[in-house]
Formats: sequence, structure tokens, C-alpha cells
Amino acid sequence: MTEKLITKYLELTDANKIDVFESKDGYSRIQKVLKELKPEEVVDEVKKSNLRGLGGAGFSTGMKWSFIPKDGKKPVYLVCNCDEAEPGTFKDRHIVTSTPHLLLEGMMIAAFAVNAHKAYIFIRGEYERPYERLAKAVEEAYAKGYLGKNIFGSGYDLDIVVHQGAGAYICGEESALLEALEGKKGWPRLKPPFPAVVGLFGCPTVINNVETLSYLPLVMQGGADWFSKLAGEEKSGGTRLFCVSGHVNKPGIYELPVDTTLRSLIYDHAGGIRGGKQLKAVVPGGISAPILSAEEIDVKMDFDSLRAAGTMAGSGGVMVMDEDTNMVEALMVASRFFAHESCGQCSPCREGSAWLYKIVKRINEGEGRVEDLDSMLSIAGNISGTTICALGDAAAMPVTSYIKKFRSDFEDYISDCHLPVETQS
Amino acid sequence: MEIPEELKKKWDEAVARYEEKRAALLPVLRLSQDHFGYISAEVEEAVAHYMGTTPVHIREVVTFYELFHTKPVGKNNIQFCHTLACNLNGCEPLIKQLKEKIGIKEGETSSDGKYSFSRAECLGACEMAPMMKINKDIYGPLDKDKLNEIIENL
Ligand SMILES: Cc1cc2nc3c(=O)[nH]c(=O)nc-3n(C[C@H](O)[C@H](O)[C@H](O)COP(=O)(O)O)c2cc1C
Ligand code: FES
Repeated sequence: MTEKLITKYLELTDANKIDVFESKDGYSRIQKVLKELKPEEVVDEVKKSNLRGLGGAGFSTGMKWSFIPKDGKKPVYLVCNCDEAEPGTFKDRHIVTSTPHLLLEGMMIAAFAVNAHKAYIFIRGEYERPYERLAKAVEEAYAKGYLGKNIFGSGYDLDIVVHQGAGAYICGEESALLEALEGKKGWPRLKPPFPAVVGLFGCPTVINNVETLSYLPLVMQGGADWFSKLAGEEKSGGTRLFCVSGHVNKPGIYELPVDTTLRSLIYDHAGGIRGGKQLKAVVPGGISAPILSAEEIDVKMDFDSLRAAGTMAGSGGVMVMDEDTNMVEALMVASRFFAHESCGQCSPCREGSAWLYKIVKRINEGEGRVEDLDSMLSIAGNISGTTICALGDAAAMPVTSYIKKFRSDFEDYISDCHLPVETQS
Repeated sequence: MEIPEELKKKWDEAVARYEEKRAALLPVLRLSQDHFGYISAEVEEAVAHYMGTTPVHIREVVTFYELFHTKPVGKNNIQFCHTLACNLNGCEPLIKQLKEKIGIKEGETSSDGKYSFSRAECLGACEMAPMMKINKDIYGPLDKDKLNEIIENL
């Protein structure tokens, strides 16, 4: 029996309404925190819970908070990352649409822990309906005195503002997000300094993903010990929302302990491969994650196990491919995405992602040459590690992993599709 | 260009939510686009003046982001997702069907102003693949018949 934490709220009818949310313990956790705990105690509890950042990087949430200077010289900001543009990922949209108050309660806990009195939610511009839900929830919370001055009579003040993005994948990267929030184009900043020291408006800033923040009320309710033990891999936190799409019978969100295997996620939960077909490959953590072949799916889905398997847990977006999938076309789609979304700041990523897409597109159109594969590997190698943010690595990883693991698919495609003109020359 | 009072008021409300005025730029641009339908050079200039910045900064921001339009878009702005989950679930034949049905190419607006069509990168609804977005609403999973029906009912 798996525990339903966030899912309990996702499945609850009308949980977007404040009274329904409150009838299921909603806002009781923040009240308890405000009454009984000091900010440092919240940070410690979250550290102990091993809750890891679910936006993609998997960094310890409590640890990240502890980097915020405590000298009180500058105001501290909390920013919620709801940019959710990593292909294969859709959990944040569901949280914000179906249970926005859970996120708000989580943000209150996080803000209190780091002593922030102002928080922003950066929501991707394409999420207009989710934005409406969220804006309504914020309004409801203000109307009840749960936001604003002296929340829940605790003497603690907190304002939350929802900020709509305008369409750019790069704005999910935390420093690009801050630039967008400051009214600029989303170009990532050089780090260090990290946002915990110099973030929004030059002030210390904590940036957390929607799902990370939404777990906080549940972690505080059940306790760090309970949460960390929900999965066998204690260092990775308890459960998370896996987004499954592609060729499965039941695409959707599955909240499971992080030590669930990829095989079990696909076959026991997502209903297996559609049409009784065989599995060919899986992208386990959003389109940026290196691909796994069908033989590699006995891996556990926690951050450390997937890293050991040469890929990453990333955003939890699992995209499943059946035996009929054309790997050339799949890589073309991935490379097109990165070429389109590269922000243009760093030359290796801007030029490299464009060339990778050009070459794989040409292969896909039947004009590939065998040497293209090594050119692509070399271009990808020259992007990795040479850019300000991780988008460059993300553009390189699919190329390297698809070609390494499915090289014969690419070679066969190139030789089968060879155009007559080319064979002659 | 003259900015109507009601829009100015909305701009002021947006600015009031932030510690620093410059942070209100994306909301101010969105409000302007909602009002005028797109962001013309004149609107850019008015926004620059209001925000106390240069028109070139506004142009830089407007052209960086996907959702700002510099020319009018159709009454039904159709964005069809073509990223991995949608591709695996067969978005390409549907995109072809859509283009034939409404008679325009990518990035175009029909001459009667009824439709605009563009391809989009993942719209965060991969569980509904293949999917599209028309104005603020998402539709999926689509097949030939569903797509036809939705377009005919616009
Ligand atoms: C190119 C790029 C895109 C990203 N997109 C997102 C995103 O859409 N949502 C998100 O929460 N984190 C995204 N991240 C990760 C953020 O930079 C950051 O690590 C995260 O928001 C921190 O929150 P967490 O610790 O709760 O995961 C992205 C990172 C990169 C490099
Ligand atoms: S790939 Fe189409 S919605 Fe995500």
C-alpha cells in the first residue's frame, strides 16, 4: 500500500477551495509551526526529512535554506518555481490547479523558516488557467487573514505575489527566473554568488519548486523521521510525483516512494506498454535526462540510484518509448527543443545546439552520413561543462546517450535512407 | 500614443505589487497585449516611458519571450505541441490535418482573422498527448475526429 500525500489532495474534489482544503488538515500545519517552532527548528526538521529539490537538481531542501545569511541585513525572499517547462513534466500544473492552497501552506512554512516576508510564485506564461486558480487561492487566503500582516495571529507577516512568465524554458533555471522577475530577458547569471546570498533585487533568496514546497505541510505533519522512511533509500526523501507519458496504457501522475523501480512504475502503475508491445527505451527524468534502454529499467527512481546508472531523476518526467519508436526522429525532436530554447548567451550552447539539430534533422530527412554521428558526439562533448547554466549539458546529454545506446538504429537509418544522389558521389 | 486610463490603472496596480518598479515589466507588457491584442512599436515606446527605461530594453524583452506578439493574432490562437510525448503519440499527422483544415501555415494568421497557428514546445500536459492549446484552454488527447470537431466548433 503506497501512501498518498500530495495525491490525497489532487484527488479531493474541489480541493482548490479553501474550506474544502481546510476540512482535510489544510493550514493546520502552518498554524502548528507558527505556534510551536522556531525557524531554525523548521530548517532542522526539513533537513532531517531528506526532502530533496524536486525541480530537477535534487539538492537537500533544508540544506539550501541553511545557506541564507542570518544577519538580517537585507530582506530575504522566497521564490516558488512554477515554470515547469521541462518536457515530460506536468505535476506542478496539477498541484496549482487542483490544490493551490497546499502550495501556499508550504510556502508559508518555507518563508517562516528562512525569515522571508515576501514571496513570489513564478508561473509559466502558458499556464493561464492554472494561474487563475492560483490567483484565486491567494485572494481567498488574504480574505481569511492567512496572508498579509500578522498571519494566524502569530505576529508574522507574509505577502505572496503571483508573477506570470512570458514563455521561455530557460526561465525555469533559477537565476534566469530571477532576471525575468526583475523585468529582464531570462539570461542565467554567473554563479557564485548563489541566490541564497545574492538573489532577487540583490537580496538573499530561496528558490524552490512547487512540488518541493507542497510536500512541506505533509513533512511537518508526519515528521521528518516518518517522511524519510517512506522509501528504502532514506537519503533521497520519501515520495515524489512521477509524471508518466509516451507509449503507456495509463499516462498520468503516480506518487510513489523514490525507491520504486522504473520497471514497476511502468508496468505495475502506468499499465505497461500500449498495444502489448515491447519496451524500447525510457527517458527517466525529463527530456534532459540521458535515455535508458529496455534492459536498464530495474533501477530505482531516487536521485542517487539514477545518477549511478548514468542518468538523472531530474523533474520526474518519465517518457516511455515502445519497440516501434524511431530513435532518429525522437532525438531530432529533443534537439529541436534545445536549439529552440537555448537563450543565446553562451556560444557553445547557442551554436552547438543549433548544429546538433541541423545535423540530426538532415539525418531524419534521409540525408545522413555515417560520420555525422561522430560529429554530433564531438559537438555535444564541446558543449558539456562549457556554459553558464545547465541547459548546455541538457542539450548534449540526449545526443550522447541516444547515439551511444542506439547507435545501430542510427547507422541502419542512415544506410537505409541513403539518397541515390549521395551514393553516387 | 495615448494610453487609456483603465490600462494605466492596471499598470499602476501591477507596479504596486513589487519592491522595484522594473520588476513589473512582464505584467505591464502582458496587460498591454491583453488590451491592444499585440505589442506595437508605439506600445513599446509608451511602456518604456512609463517604466522609465529605453524602448530598446522593451524591444529586447518583447522579442525574447515567446508569448509576446508584435503583430495581431487570430481570434483563435492555436498552439500545437510537437515535443517528445506529443510526437510519440502522433502529433505530426494531426498538425498536417489542422493546417489543411484551416488553410494556413505555421506562424500565419488566416485572412479573416479567425485563426492563428503555431507549433509549441511542451505545454506541460504530456499526459494528454497529443495536445494543443487554443487561447487559454488545452485539448487532448486528440485524434483525427476530435481535432476536426474542436476546430469546427470554434
Ligand atoms: C535549463 C533549466 C531549466 C529548469 N527548469 C526548471 C523548472 O521548470 N522548474 C523547476 O522547479 N526547476 C527548474 N530548474 C531547476 C532550477 O534551477 C532550481 O534548481 C530549482 O527550481 C530549485 O528548486 P528545488 O530545490 O525545490 O528543486 C531548471 C534548471 C535548468 C538548468
Ligand atoms: S510534450 Fe506535448 S505537452 Fe509535453
